[in-house]
Formats: sequence, structure tokens, C-alpha cells
Amino acid sequence: MCGANRGCLEPVADGYPVRRADRTGCGAAMMNVTIDVKHVTRVEGHGNIAVRLRDGKITHLQLAIVESPRFFEAFLRGRHWSEAPHITCRICGICSVGHTTASVKAMEAALGMTVSEQTVMLRKLAFFGEQLQSHVLHLYFLAVPDFLGVGSVIPLAKSHPDVVKRALRMKRLANDVCSVVGGRHIHPIALHVGGCTHVPADEDLIDLKRRLEAARADLNETVSLFSMLSPPELHRDTEYVSLKDAAGEYAFYDGDIVSTKDARPTPVSRYRERVIESVVQHSAAKHCRSPHAPTYAVGALARFNNNHAQLHPAARGAAEVLGLRAPCDNPFHNNTAQLVETVHCVESAIELIDAMLRRGLRAERPVEPTRFGRGAGAAEVPRGVLFHEYEVGRDGKIAGANLIIPTGQNLANIEEDMRAMVPRMIEAGKTREEMTLQLEMLVRAYDPCISCATHFLEVEWQ
Amino acid sequence: MKPKIAIFSLTSCEGCSLAILELEDQLLDLLGAVEIVNFREGMTERAWDIDVGFVDGAVSTPQDDEEVRHFRAHCKTLVAIGSCACLGGINTLKHYQSGGATRDEGAAHAAGGNGRVAEYRRYVYGENAEWFATTPARPISAVVAVDYQLPGCPMVKEEFVELVKCLLIGKPFRLPETAVCVECKRRGSRCLYEMGIICFGPITRAGCNAICPAYGSKCEGCRGLVSPDAIAAAGINLREQYRVDLNEALADLRLYGAYQEALLP
Ligand code: SF4
Ligand code: SF4
Ligand code: SF4
Repeated sequence: MCGANRGCLEPVADGYPVRRADRTGCGAAMMNVTIDVKHVTRVEGHGNIAVRLRDGKITHLQLAIVESPRFFEAFLRGRHWSEAPHITCRICGICSVGHTTASVKAMEAALGMTVSEQTVMLRKLAFFGEQLQSHVLHLYFLAVPDFLGVGSVIPLAKSHPDVVKRALRMKRLANDVCSVVGGRHIHPIALHVGGCTHVPADEDLIDLKRRLEAARADLNETVSLFSMLSPPELHRDTEYVSLKDAAGEYAFYDGDIVSTKDARPTPVSRYRERVIESVVQHSAAKHCRSPHAPTYAVGALARFNNNHAQLHPAARGAAEVLGLRAPCDNPFHNNTAQLVETVHCVESAIELIDAMLRRGLRAERPVEPTRFGRGAGAAEVPRGVLFHEYEVGRDGKIAGANLIIPTGQNLANIEEDMRAMVPRMIEAGKTREEMTLQLEMLVRAYDPCISCATHFLEVEWQ
Repeated sequence: MKPKIAIFSLTSCEGCSLAILELEDQLLDLLGAVEIVNFREGMTERAWDIDVGFVDGAVSTPQDDEEVRHFRAHCKTLVAIGSCACLGGINTLKHYQSGGATRDEGAAHAAGGNGRVAEYRRYVYGENAEWFATTPARPISAVVAVDYQLPGCPMVKEEFVELVKCLLIGKPFRLPETAVCVECKRRGSRCLYEMGIICFGPITRAGCNAICPAYGSKCEGCRGLVSPDAIAAAGINLREQYRVDLNEALADLRLYGAYQEALLP
């Protein structure tokens, strides 16, 4: 269980204004309640929460995904293999490096290609940049306003300018890490199947390293800010699924599939044994289950639970300060795990740059395909494990594709958390407003990327 | 009074809205000059008295159609940001998935062939395809009047800042009328076209500072076609230099805006 046992459902923040909803109208008067949150704000994409209570019992509970269906799997068909990463990164602006990474890895598996060590290093550096970018965005822009009792980061620019400036400084750095490797963060240019078309200059790497080292102070401040915030308590027996890297690195770029209920590693090529998808009517994003549980969770907390021993010592130190201990089954601590990973990414990026500078980077020819076939690839993107799978025909055109998105894997689990949370909130005499706020916070804690999740498909290999 | 700004997303990756947050250094200055009153991705409060509305994403569902009309009615100035909103963007690729993938079939489907459950919906949702409504993907200008367009996938942040400045001081704003090659040569990048790679720089609208060739990759035409003349010239050049038919190259150009096909020879 979590170490951070502050035992309350109330968001509390020392020294910061806290929104406390009106407490009138609680208890028995609440037996019939309807909650409808249309377009949950501060999440990426469009999602609605609907809860109906009759005589204190849940008669209806849904996290509906109303995002437009996007059909990426369908329109990949017929495109040249080399276009896959540039098409799929357009699934989501926030995770574009993540989609690119899963895509190039899957395509390389399908085409029998092994890329150079230098390529892997460059991809990992861009990947650290995107984790940082996404986690900082989520922690400061999307989650902190809840804890500080405001509707967005904008009023904080006036009330807490130092906090906002720090957040922007870290985000800027994260962007620049991605840009130095890929040309830009949103839809990276230089990351291709088979290799990279750009090699960063030593001066750029040295400058990044200096700024990453300077960012340690900002990280410390961030850790102390979050150690003052008390996430709500919610515990439910949950299966946490993530990659695990046999080579000993904290799994972001590579690994086999493991979970807190089944630690035996399954190679990514057999991902269908661990991830079972289905179409549900209220969600344009497919739901997922595992062979061990009807719902499961992926994301920073899942990675932390499975791989905490492989974290950088500085990140383990941050986890201790934040009171995060594995195994933790409180979904609100996904935020805490994101912060721990942020520390890990900064330290690992510094080490990686050192290694690049030691070996020296040089322009390389991209690797060519050795066959046309079928292959899967995965990466631990900010919101959890992402799978891409492609089949390429003899003409070099994509014949089939399947993409399994982290948020899609979490949706059913979020609904289960809500089902567990609502009766407890009723018992505690929460008002409708308080319940709504908590449910929205829960959804945001998963950091759902709803536009990402609406890309699922019924697999029909040709 | 500070102008009231809103940021909306239709069918998109929301990368262009995100690009606004990625202004970072300039974001605080921007917040000093304007008031953001409606931005679902970033704030809880939502108001509808709006001076300038920025919209990313294509119109690709019946809800998008409704929403974009609602935005138009509540925004004095409406700006399309990114290739999805300006050209239909990557979403238009679905038009080429109704069985065949030829240009004519795709165009016919885009023109309204949505009466049946298109094959691409079945490919994604199987027998439950009817649950999820979709229409042909269109730029927002196909549905409502648009005051300004900022193309690119994603839009160019500097161009966004430039437009906001122009709006604040009442200066006219115009997109560059030259091709990406002009910026590329100025930047001194190695020319990919001369190395035998079909780069769309000669026919694509400048303004991105030719960022793709600077990072060793061909221009994919994400900012849209610069002019019909440029395309005609490029067609001759492709034939003469590489013996490639312009029509073959067009399949690649569809990546960010098959909706422009009316412009093509
Ligand atoms: S134009 Fe590109 S970056 Fe912008 S929303 Fe569309 S897909 Fe995303
Ligand atoms: S690389 Fe492309 S954009 Fe640059 S000059 Fe050559 S053709 Fe033009
Ligand atoms: S170089 Fe071409 S593809 Fe790249 S950003 Fe500019 S217009 Fe878009």
C-alpha cells in the first residue's frame, strides 16, 4: 500500500488557497444524484463523465469518449512503410515522439531491420525529452490547479508567478531536448524507420547538459511543492501492466510485458496474449482487459510498481521524500509517480549525453529493409505502454495495422475506480459538487489522452 | 480592454493548441496582452464572449460541423490553425480508403459518399461501425467563413505570435507567397531534391523556415500548395529530371491535405 497515507479525501495544500465545496445538502438528501460532466476540462481530448444514483445506488456510470473517431489504422493501409511514423505521430501532439518511437520499432520488426547503437541513443534522448515535457505539462498545468483550488494555471501566473515560471522553464528545456534530436517536439522530423537524418552538434548537447544540471534546483522545488499536496485516498486491487527491460534500464524505450499479477515476461511480439480489446458503444476508444483481470492500469504508477528498483538513485530519493512506495494501488498517486519519473528522466538524460559526447556522434546511413512482413513494437510513452503492429506487403505498402493506446487500456479501469469511489463519497456525506470535483480529479490523475485513444480497430489482417 | 481569446479543437491531434502552450518564454507576455477565456485543454472556466477564436482540427463528424458553426457565431475573428483546420490535414487520408484508393474515388467519397457505412469505419470498428458517426474530413473554411489561416502540421509558432501582434495593433497579416525552397536556400541546407529525393519544397508555401530539410528530411508539403504555377513548373521538372509523373507524387502530397486536389493540374 502507499506510504503517503494522509487519510483524507479532501485536497489540502499548505500555504495555498484550497477550494472547499459547499457542504450543505449532504447525506440523506443526496440519495438521488445525477452528475454530468460534459467535456472534462484539462485533459487532452473530449470525454464526458455520467453518474446516476437512485436511492444511493449507482444505476449508471460511464466515462464516455466523444472524441471523433480518427481511423488511423484504416488509412495507414496503402501508404509506403517509411511514412508510418510520420502518419501515426499525428495521432497525438503530446505523445508524438512516443508514437514515432513505437512506430519505428514496429516497422523495423516487420522489415527485419536492426538500427545502430547511435540511433537508439538519439531516440532515447528524444524520448526522455517527451516524458519530461508531458509530465511537467500534466503536473503543473493540468493537475496542480485542482490542488491549489483554481480552474487553470492562468490565475497562478498572478498569484504564484514563481511556480508558473518554473513550470515554463522546465517545459522549455524538455522541448529543447526533443528539438535538438528531432527538429521539433510536436511531430519530430529527423526520427525515421532505420535511423536518424540529423545528428546533434556537440555544442548543442553540451548546452542541454548544462541546462539539465541547472534544472535539478527546479526539480527539488517541484518535489517539495508536491510533498505538501495530499492526493485523495482511494485503494482498489488493480493489475498494473508495463514493460520491463531485461537489460536493467527503467523501461521506457524497450522491454517485455509484465504485470503486478503476472511477473513472467511476455515478449512484445506476443502482446495479444496480455491485452484483449473490445468495442463498447459509449466510447469511440476501445476498452481493454487482461487474461488476469477485467480491467488493468498502465502509466507512470504501473511502471513505478513494476520497475522501481531500476530507477535512478535520485529518483528513488524523490519517491522517498514524496512517500511513494511500491506496490501502490492509489490511482491518484499516478501524479506522484510522474514526478519521480521526471527526476529519473533528467538524470538519465544527463548520463546519456555524457555517453554520446564520449563516443562522438557522426552521420550514418539509414538501415535498409531485409524483408517485408509483420512486426510489433512497443514503448512506455508518458501515459503507459503503447503498442504498434504493422503488416507490410511485397510492394512495400502497409497492408494492415493495429495500434493499442495507453488511455484505451485505462478507460475501463477508470470506470471501476469511479464505481469504488462513489459509494465512499456518499458515505462521507460529500456534496454533488465535491463528488464531481473528485471524479474529475480521478480522470485527470490518469492523465488521459483521449484523442490518442480513439484509434482502435477491429483487426482484420489481409 | 484586453482582447478575449479562445482556443478550440475539432478532429485533430490537438498539437496546434499544444503549440500555443509551447510558446513558453512568450506565453507570459501573451497572457499579459490577451485574456484567454475558453480553452478546454487548459482550463475549467469556459466563456462565450470571444474576440478571437483559434481552431485546430478538421470538420470530420456531425458534431464538428455543429461546433464550428457555434464557434463562428461567438467569435468576432476566427482563425484556422494547422493543416487540419486549413486543409483538412491528415484526416483526409480516410477518403482514399473506400475500397479503392484512386484520386477520383477518394474525391467522390469526400463529396458526400457517406450514406453507407464506409469500409474504413468497418475496418476500425467491425460490425459496430454504425455507432460512431463520421463525415468526410473538411477544412473549417468549407463550413464557415474563416478570417485567417495558419497552415502547417503543426502550425508555426512564430507565425502565430506574428498574427497575434498584428491583430493587437491592427496591422494587416499575410502569409508568405514564396516557396519553401526560398527559405531553404537562405538557410543553406543541403538540397535533397538535387540528391534525387522528391522534396515538396518547390511547391509548398514558405513560412516554416524550411525546417524539415534543415533536419535532413524532405519537405512533405504540410503548409499547403503555394500556387498553381509552382505546381505546373514542378510537374515539368519531375518529368524531365526524374521521369516521375506528377500524379504519382501526388499520393504523397495527400498526407496533409487531399482537400487541395482541386488546385492540382
Ligand atoms: S495540423 Fe498537425 S499538429 Fe495541428 S492539429 Fe492537425 S495533426 Fe495536429
Ligand atoms: S531541400 Fe527541398 S526545400 Fe530545400 S531547396 Fe531543395 S527542394 Fe527546396
Ligand atoms: S519543410 Fe515542408 S513539411 Fe516541413 S514544416 Fe515546412 S512546409 Fe511543412
